[in-house]
Amino acid sequence: MSKENMKAYWKENLGYLAILLSIWFLVSYVFGIFLVEQLNTIKFAGFKLGFWFAQQGSMYVFVILIVIYVKLMNKLDKKYGVDE
Amino acid sequence: MGILAWTWILVGLSFTLYIGIAIWARAGTSKEFYIAGGGVPPIMNGMATAADWMSAASFISLAGIVSFTGYDGSVYLMGWTGGYVLLALLLAPYLRKFGKFTVPDFIGDRYYSSTARVVAVIAALIVSFTYVAGQMRGVGIVFSRYLEVDIDTGVYIGMAIVLFYAVLGGMKGITYTQVAQYCVLIFAFMVPAIFISFQMTGNPIPQLGFGSTGEDGIYLLDKLDGLSTELGFTEYTSGSKSMIDVFAITFALMVGTAGLPHVIVRFFTVPRVKDARASAGWALFFIAILYTTVPAVAVFARTKLIETVSNKNYSELPQWVANWEKTGLLKYEDKNGDGIVQYVADKDTNELTIDRDIMVLANPEIANLPNWVVALVGAGGLAAALSTAAGLLLVIASSISHDLIKKIINPSISEKSELWAARLSAAVAVLVAGYFGIHPPGFVAAVVALAFGLAAASFFPAIILGIFDKRMNKEGAISGMIVGLGLMTYYMAKYKLGWIGEMPAPSEWWFGISPEGFGTVAMFANFIVSVVVSRLTPAPPQEVQDIVEHIRIPSGAGEATSH
Repeated sequence: MSKENMKAYWKENLGYLAILLSIWFLVSYVFGIFLVEQLNTIKFAGFKLGFWFAQQGSMYVFVILIVIYVKLMNKLDKKYGVDE
Repeated sequence: MGILAWTWILVGLSFTLYIGIAIWARAGTSKEFYIAGGGVPPIMNGMATAADWMSAASFISLAGIVSFTGYDGSVYLMGWTGGYVLLALLLAPYLRKFGKFTVPDFIGDRYYSSTARVVAVIAALIVSFTYVAGQMRGVGIVFSRYLEVDIDTGVYIGMAIVLFYAVLGGMKGITYTQVAQYCVLIFAFMVPAIFISFQMTGNPIPQLGFGSTGEDGIYLLDKLDGLSTELGFTEYTSGSKSMIDVFAITFALMVGTAGLPHVIVRFFTVPRVKDARASAGWALFFIAILYTTVPAVAVFARTKLIETVSNKNYSELPQWVANWEKTGLLKYEDKNGDGIVQYVADKDTNELTIDRDIMVLANPEIANLPNWVVALVGAGGLAAALSTAAGLLLVIASSISHDLIKKIINPSISEKSELWAARLSAAVAVLVAGYFGIHPPGFVAAVVALAFGLAAASFFPAIILGIFDKRMNKEGAISGMIVGLGLMTYYMAKYKLGWIGEMPAPSEWWFGISPEGFGTVAMFANFIVSVVVSRLTPAPPQEVQDIVEHIRIPSGAGEATSH
């Protein structure tokens, strides 16, 4: 793999990481901790929204984030011909 | 059939299964011993990682902790799952590409230094030993509760079982027994949860059930909030910890998870880089099944408990209250002599003391479930404790036989001798862990927080910088790890264990952060020191920079090698 290609591959990878980790931070720290009181004023079914993010929602999103990451990276590996 | 008979049957059956698997999957080479030959399929590795990860504490205590702390318990739920996102995105694929056997292997090679390797070995040993001490104790406690033997006997039985399959099978034996143990523990956790959810809300899915209404048409969480405030407790869905402390603890647990050697090493066992990514996803999926059920169980158990005992006549309480009073997990003291149970937050007038573990252990009885379900919970608790203990013991064994003996003391050791050295170290580690289990050090309660804080403060920055910062050199990494470890140890010793002078009050915590959350501060200190020192000292040699380029590209991971 050429030096330029490798740089481009790494840059795209870092781009994915930045987006996915921002969502990771948002659902757990922002929704579940920093804004929990504000979100708790919103209710769906028997759940206060902030509480739901802290004890349920964040964990669902974590699993989904890894699934998306695996899909994105498999595609990226193929694009640059570095898959196995 | 009684509970005890059922317990013997289920525990006996599950142990026969584990031992059978251990004999079938015994290790023939040191590579099989350390990383199961590197050929574990991602789904299986995910299950094994989940069993390795979820200890007796997750299985037995976590629902109780959440039950009694409400929103504050979220730190454990998010903290012990969110770390897998970091593992999947920032560590697992690159370490798999690097392709060695242990975490100190990576630190030693990436930082081209035996000093770095030794610091990493010491950190791995401290983290794993503090963690395993609690596990062996957990094995003993579960045995004693369910099989009516004393705790020490329970620890001996647990030692014998772990000795058998960890020493014989190494990582290969452990991985396949952990797959079986995961199935046992998740079944044991979910069956009572589904029963209870259906009983209380008519919805069999616990994750949805605890947001539904009970028979009286009131939302369960609203009812619990009301009951809690009525009795003087904090409202269930609001916390009592400060926001900065909740943040710091959650962060320290996430980063600590991603820095724990017994978790990281699992990603060396899969064939390819993409398998490492996928197995982190599977691991979190299998963990999340239990972790998303935990808050539901917590709400069901707490509501049911308050409704059953609060302001009720003591002589009319159901049979399970008397059963658990015998074990000492439940205590009733009629302070005002009126024969009625006053269960309130105020310590002076509260008459009922409840151990948090009862929330999972007694749940099947509280919900009137059949005896085999009660026994199943015992088998599940043992599976959780044994699988975690085995995984930790393997890290200890490979740190000694591979990182110390093979890499530092005697590099010319033959393959066969190294395998025997690994087995011997595993045996010695089991004995030491068993000793801690029988004579638990006074700080066992603090032990898990300590292990996470130490892992966060030492390994996480060194590994991340090793992958993402090509300029990071040995001077930076070593000084960072030492500062992180030292700071964390000092803070724990002073503010948690009270070893330095008198134990200071929580009002004196730095930035209002508790010892449990201090790993976050120590980790940032490590990062800052590493980066500053590395920029003031020479860049790492070209071949090390080439290693970094190499691990960033997935292709050609091939097989893990010892050279």
